[in-house]
Amino acid sequence: MQIAIASGKGGTGKTTVSVNLYYFLSVKYNNKVQLIDCDVEEPNDMLFFPQAKKKSETEVYTIVPEIDKAKCTFCKKCAVWCEFNAISIVKNLKFAEVNYDLCHSCGACFEACTFDALKQIENPLGRISEYQTTFGAGIMEGRLEIGSAMQTALIKKVKKQASTGQTITLLDAPPGTSCPVVETVANADYVILVTEPTPFGLHDLKIAVEVLKELKKPFGVIVNKAGLGNNDVYQFLKENNITLVGNIPFSKNYAANYSRGDLFENIPAELEKSYHTIVDQLQLIIS
Amino acid sequence: MKEITVLSGKGGAGKTSITAALASLAQNAVFCDNDVDASDLHLILKPEIKETHQFDSGSLAFINQETCTKCRTCQDVCRFEAIFTNNDGSPEVNPLQCEGCRLCERLCPADAIQTHQNLNNNWYVSYTRFGAMVHAKMGVGEENSGKLVTRIREKAREIALENKADFVLNDGPPGIGCTAISSITGTNAVLLVIEPTVSGLHDAKRLVELVNSFQVPICAIINKYDINTEFTATVESYLKENKIVLVGKIPFSKMFVESILVEKSLIEFAPNHPISLNLKSIWKMIRQLLISKTCFQ
Ligand code: SF4
Ligand code: SF4
Ligand code: SF4
Ligand code: SF4
Repeated sequence: MQIAIASGKGGTGKTTVSVNLYYFLSVKYNNKVQLIDCDVEEPNDMLFFPQAKKKSETEVYTIVPEIDKAKCTFCKKCAVWCEFNAISIVKNLKFAEVNYDLCHSCGACFEACTFDALKQIENPLGRISEYQTTFGAGIMEGRLEIGSAMQTALIKKVKKQASTGQTITLLDAPPGTSCPVVETVANADYVILVTEPTPFGLHDLKIAVEVLKELKKPFGVIVNKAGLGNNDVYQFLKENNITLVGNIPFSKNYAANYSRGDLFENIPAELEKSYHTIVDQLQLIIS
Repeated sequence: MKEITVLSGKGGAGKTSITAALASLAQNAVFCDNDVDASDLHLILKPEIKETHQFDSGSLAFINQETCTKCRTCQDVCRFEAIFTNNDGSPEVNPLQCEGCRLCERLCPADAIQTHQNLNNNWYVSYTRFGAMVHAKMGVGEENSGKLVTRIREKAREIALENKADFVLNDGPPGIGCTAISSITGTNAVLLVIEPTVSGLHDAKRLVELVNSFQVPICAIINKYDINTEFTATVESYLKENKIVLVGKIPFSKMFVESILVEKSLIEFAPNHPISLNLKSIWKMIRQLLISKTCFQ
């Protein structure tokens, strides 16, 4: 069972909800719960587990071309086949260059070159790390090389490495609604959208709902920071028959805990209660 | 004309509320919402759309089932696993996974594949009560958002030059990916909005690394600083160590949400409130830094 946690926009509390769900679901499901941080640009989940032990770290790469100028005839076919303008060839100057920032690692150039002038080399994409936490089945995160624009490729690799055999795999999605988010939720069985009851929250929720409807994904909504803002978001959920999975009240004290990275100790009773309700709701949805 | 980009690394630090406040202070500026995935600035600035433009966001392969011989070549060569076997046993392209590389089209022995351009993204030039604004809306799961950011920034600069505006104010995207890179390249300064939280600082650090690699000067605001004054001190010493000018600290206030509820910037909502006065002095400081330039080292 894969549950993705997404939010349309950043700052709605997606990370807090993911990390807390990891905890409360682990309690309920005998620790057979895994958390995967798919926000590869800014993975944050591990910040809340300073005691966790790193189990493994793997460097991951994409395959990109390197031009062997001794063999290259500067025929330009590779450049013509590259839809991403990553290859520049100037015949007169015997100039041949690959711009790795633009390369999508699609492999077209290798098929194009009939002179065996392209070597496959590895370009660093990022790192995948696995951690053992004191509860649950562990956390995995992907961390994108700074300056790389290949989030989707890394998310794909992280999801592939995720251990199967867990009762629940939680996927913490990146903010927004573009390709990396779509990649994260692509195989999820259920998606939880975290929103806040403000005009920004509602606006971004509407976009996220549109995306999930297009993807035909079953989903529900958690309203975080309830009490801060207005009731429009509830109105919207009702009008569109969207499941309200839970409400998490706004608490300035808890915000202070969060700022220190301290989530599970000193969790206010009312918040604990709302997470229990959410876990019960999810159990109903899953079964 | 100077261009300033507001960024935060992490979402939810209050970037858009602060951009809106600065927008109502900056007279003679052009606004550009670089957060093309989840733009929010328009909710406060209420732009009236004047021009709509289409933007090509890459291509998408399409298989003609009538000419396809089901040889599976396309499925084997696609590195994005975008081609799957549908219920009829025929190969089909998953539009959300296809990167539009055209490799399948080029290798299909039956010429059964065609790649079409996606024109799913729009960008707009608008009027707002504070000046011209350029913004965009991406289609679902679309790519090339970096290029779209570059395009709308170009337009914003063009308008600023035409109108002899003093500033272009970019509301940046979250993260450090392609859209963030596109919104940093060539800007005169980055205004970093940091929340004093473990994750806020962590993300800000990664962002600073990125901005430094482009050698763009940075100044910073600590937002909601009173949530954790101890951690605020940590953030302050980080800024100092990295020679980032701290232009101001803003306390947590529900007033930001209240002002958005009535579609106003905080400055319009409560012009004489201490936070508004605070924001005014922040803006003055940023202006001075931008104009003197020497303050950024
Ligand atoms: S792998 Fe694809 S994107 Fe990269 S250079 Fe070759 S053709 Fe271009
Ligand atoms: S296709 Fe091969 S030979 Fe032709 S320009 Fe490219 S690398 Fe050189
Ligand atoms: S390569 Fe062409 S003919 Fe072969 S399965 Fe794909 S679409 Fe059909
Ligand atoms: S265009 Fe490229 S990504 Fe799209 S289906 Fe064909 S081979 Fe795959």
